[in-house]
Amino acid sequence: MATLIHTLPFLVDGLLTTLLVSACVIVLSLIIGLPLGCVLAFGPLWARAPIRLYADFVRGVPILVLLYFVYYGLPAIKVNLPSLLSAIVALTAFKSAQIIEITRGSFQSIPSGQTEAAKAIGLSLFDRFIHVLAPQAVRRFLPPFVNSVVDTVKGSSLVSLLGIVDLMLSLQQVIGRTHVALPLYLIGALMYFAINFPLSALSRRLEKRFV
Amino acid sequence: MANYHFNFAIVWRYAGKLFEGLLLSLELAAASIAIGMAIGLVLALISLDGPKWARPLIAAYVEFVRNVPLLLLVYLVFYGIPSAIDLQYDAITSFVATLSIYSGAYLVEVMRAGLEAVPRGLIEAGKSIGLTPMKVLWHVRLPTAMRIALPSLSNTYVSLFKDTSIASAIAVPELAYGMRWIETQTFRTVEVYLLATPIYLITSYAILLLLRLAERRYSVAR
Repeated sequence: MATLIHTLPFLVDGLLTTLLVSACVIVLSLIIGLPLGCVLAFGPLWARAPIRLYADFVRGVPILVLLYFVYYGLPAIKVNLPSLLSAIVALTAFKSAQIIEITRGSFQSIPSGQTEAAKAIGLSLFDRFIHVLAPQAVRRFLPPFVNSVVDTVKGSSLVSLLGIVDLMLSLQQVIGRTHVALPLYLIGALMYFAINFPLSALSRRLEKRFV
Repeated sequence: MANYHFNFAIVWRYAGKLFEGLLLSLELAAASIAIGMAIGLVLALISLDGPKWARPLIAAYVEFVRNVPLLLLVYLVFYGIPSAIDLQYDAITSFVATLSIYSGAYLVEVMRAGLEAVPRGLIEAGKSIGLTPMKVLWHVRLPTAMRIALPSLSNTYVSLFKDTSIASAIAVPELAYGMRWIETQTFRTVEVYLLATPIYLITSYAILLLLRLAERRYSVAR
């Protein structure tokens, strides 16, 4: 028990890295994914095609392969990124593809009667977007988005395989030193659970309320 | 990019590794999905028709597994459990067990939604022609629930196939492991990824396409 308490600060350090990576990935993916998702929902074919191709490509490959590709593959063509940056780039590439899909889905699931009614009362394209489509899309966007935040925190554990000392790797290191495996894995699991469970619960509540 | 000299010949020599890896990945996915479906179906039935006290237990299982990284569960089962109790198993068994438990937690939800969506009238019709509850389950509820659940199942199956790449973390020689192995043997990094990435892509979309075809054939008209 004493050793376990001793290791806690170390695990918390790892947890902070996990949270940092997840937060960077979420923010960057929103910045990339939201506008591209809008283009995919409303844009002309020539703009939609490359976005669709990108999203389908990235979602057909495991995250782990994307991580390896950015970290081990890109240096071969003279793109050298430090491990933390590689991890964020690879996870963002994956997450933004998901955000693109969620955004597109949120807009496209709005019945077309809404747009027609807005046109009929003479709203401009801009007003239609701001007052009719966007408020409804946000409600449809939030539940799957919060769920995808949970996936990001879970997926960020893969960065330990690039040698980044996140919660997962700090667990492994502590276990390597103390040889107390099962209790430490369970503590680690509870730490992930403590972050993700409230988010999952929030996602379900949003879904009940909005959808 | 300009100065990279491609040399596929070396990588081709090891291409067998990739295909063996792909086969193992598919086997891992198929075994885990089969066991996961069984777990999901049984737990979904228990939480719908079973005793009330079982419901919070099932919810606890689902919530725990869904909110913890798969990689941690893989390590927990492979390193954690054998360290605490006297139980020996190899990496493949350990990974299949983990992925089954993991997929089970996702499939419970899918199957429960499917079972709940079976129209009451169908079940009553089954009863009224004299089927036993077991026969109603087998001939009426399950086939209908499967058809309703099919679209949500296909996405889960594809992501489980992609999740088999995590087995490489405990040195199971599946596709991602084979890919890294060739890379460290030959240092032909770009070529390896140019071969391995399409293998994942094509397989993922082939699985999706097959399930879409099944959907078109079997799905319930709404």
